Amino acid sequence: MIEMKLISKRFGQINPLSIDEYIKFDGYKNLKKALSMEKTEIIEQVQKSYLRGRGGAGFPAAIKMMGLAKETNKDKYIICNADEGEPGNFKDRYLMENDPHQILEGMIIVAYATGGTKGFIYVRGEYQKSISLLKWSIDEAKKKGFLGKNILGSKFNFDIEVRSGAGSYVCGEEFALIESIEGNPGRTRVKPPFPTSVGLYGKPTLINNVETFSTIPTIIEMGGAKFAKIGTPSSTGTKLISLSGNVKNKGVFEIPFGVPIRDVIYKLGGGIEKDRKIKMVQLGGACGPIIPEYMLDMIIDFERFEEFESKTGAGAIIVMDERFDLFDILLKIVRFFQHESCGKCTPCREGHIQMANLIIKFIEHKATVKDIMSLESLARVIHQASLCGLGQTSPTAIISSLKYFRDDYLDRLID
Amino acid sequence: MLLKEVLQKYPKTEDQLIEILLDYQTVKSNHYISKEEIIEIASYLSIPESKVCSVLSFYTFFSDKPRGKHIIQVCKDVPCYVSSDVDILKTIEKELGIRVNETTPNQQFTLEYTSCLGCCEAGPTMRINDKIYTHLTADKIKAILSEYRVYM
Repeated sequence: MIEMKLISKRFGQINPLSIDEYIKFDGYKNLKKALSMEKTEIIEQVQKSYLRGRGGAGFPAAIKMMGLAKETNKDKYIICNADEGEPGNFKDRYLMENDPHQILEGMIIVAYATGGTKGFIYVRGEYQKSISLLKWSIDEAKKKGFLGKNILGSKFNFDIEVRSGAGSYVCGEEFALIESIEGNPGRTRVKPPFPTSVGLYGKPTLINNVETFSTIPTIIEMGGAKFAKIGTPSSTGTKLISLSGNVKNKGVFEIPFGVPIRDVIYKLGGGIEKDRKIKMVQLGGACGPIIPEYMLDMIIDFERFEEFESKTGAGAIIVMDERFDLFDILLKIVRFFQHESCGKCTPCREGHIQMANLIIKFIEHKATVKDIMSLESLARVIHQASLCGLGQTSPTAIISSLKYFRDDYLDRLID
Repeated sequence: MLLKEVLQKYPKTEDQLIEILLDYQTVKSNHYISKEEIIEIASYLSIPESKVCSVLSFYTFFSDKPRGKHIIQVCKDVPCYVSSDVDILKTIEKELGIRVNETTPNQQFTLEYTSCLGCCEAGPTMRINDKIYTHLTADKIKAILSEYRVYM
């Protein structure tokens, strides 16, 4: 078995509406354990686990925790980023719909360790089911004394509020998300200062992805050192993979880091529908690289993914078979970012429109060598000159396709 | 429901703006925020009207023009596209006799595109109001639309 169920172990095993079933299945046990530990020891365990953020950027979780812990402000916020809007990603929805208390437990532990005073879960507006489930779970947790004043008889107070997005992808970016909670259009801020020093309402704020918080109880349970033994040296633990596209079994799978992409597609995904050939696979989501079939033996690992000058993404694998045209797919991706760009940075706002125009030339077999060069330089400009992760990663699909599908481009040149 | 009733549920702080707009637009029958309502919300929260307008125009969920009773949103992103055997949008357009971004003359349906709905494992997908429909086929779309026509 290549699956390893640490944070998805309760999926389908408990009724997500029932806090009692969660408690029976080891739930809130790790919160009790954490409350008996020194705060610094909790952070130390996370540090030893080498846990990296699961939202896409892979930032070490312990560094954010240390950053927030050293702030002395009386208000410190903990935000769970559940604005999962990247095409191809749906693992956060699985976590919220199947095991909402695990997220809460992770947030409460992090808040206790860092001195967090108030929590927010920012859920995309499309996820109505997740929103109601989380609100329900928060009420249940309050009744049992896991949230609210004097949690489990300690001096620790913490509450969590659910906020809804309103159909904006860029609000998954940390500062855009903060702006959105404050009631503003979701446009990012210039960094530094980083959110851990000046975040929500100008106060120190720690933001993690749903999966990152969901992993915290497991780390408390097994200890950081044991957790770090799972996976690869640069990427410890397990990762939820959202598998979609032309595979037989689509869905969310939890695997230890280090598994080859091919195994995910063939062993977990059951291979390609009607045994067609794979034309291309997009990794991470719309902001990730597109790779050809011969590269599928690559392992899932943060370090390996850095090759694409991009981030790992949130763990999506989108498989596309031989019936699909590279440029149709690229146009859809670019149009997505064109629509979702907040408009603050000119290269991102205008660049996607121009990239779409260039790709249309390839679709219509009207491109020239100069168009290949223009596309390449435009993609680099957007990548380098945008303030936030949207513009920095959106050209990855183009840049990688120029590298690995050069022949497809040359085929479309005008004679 | 009157806007006043919705407003009363929320504290008068600026960060409630998006929640208020979402709440009111959902309960209002033609799902949009009018000029007069922008003024009323701005005055309730003691913020400039321009602030309400900027939020309204930024987020795709919001509309400043009347829409149909049911809002149909079709996912146009890659995972749904590669899972589709039929052109979902064209099927709905044909069924309702309208194009994307239009409303049927009887004000029952508005057809829109949406970015990914996060159900890529069950594509192709669409959303009608708050409900997501998955594994769409031409027949399934026809059945769903007739259900809305008759019962809702």
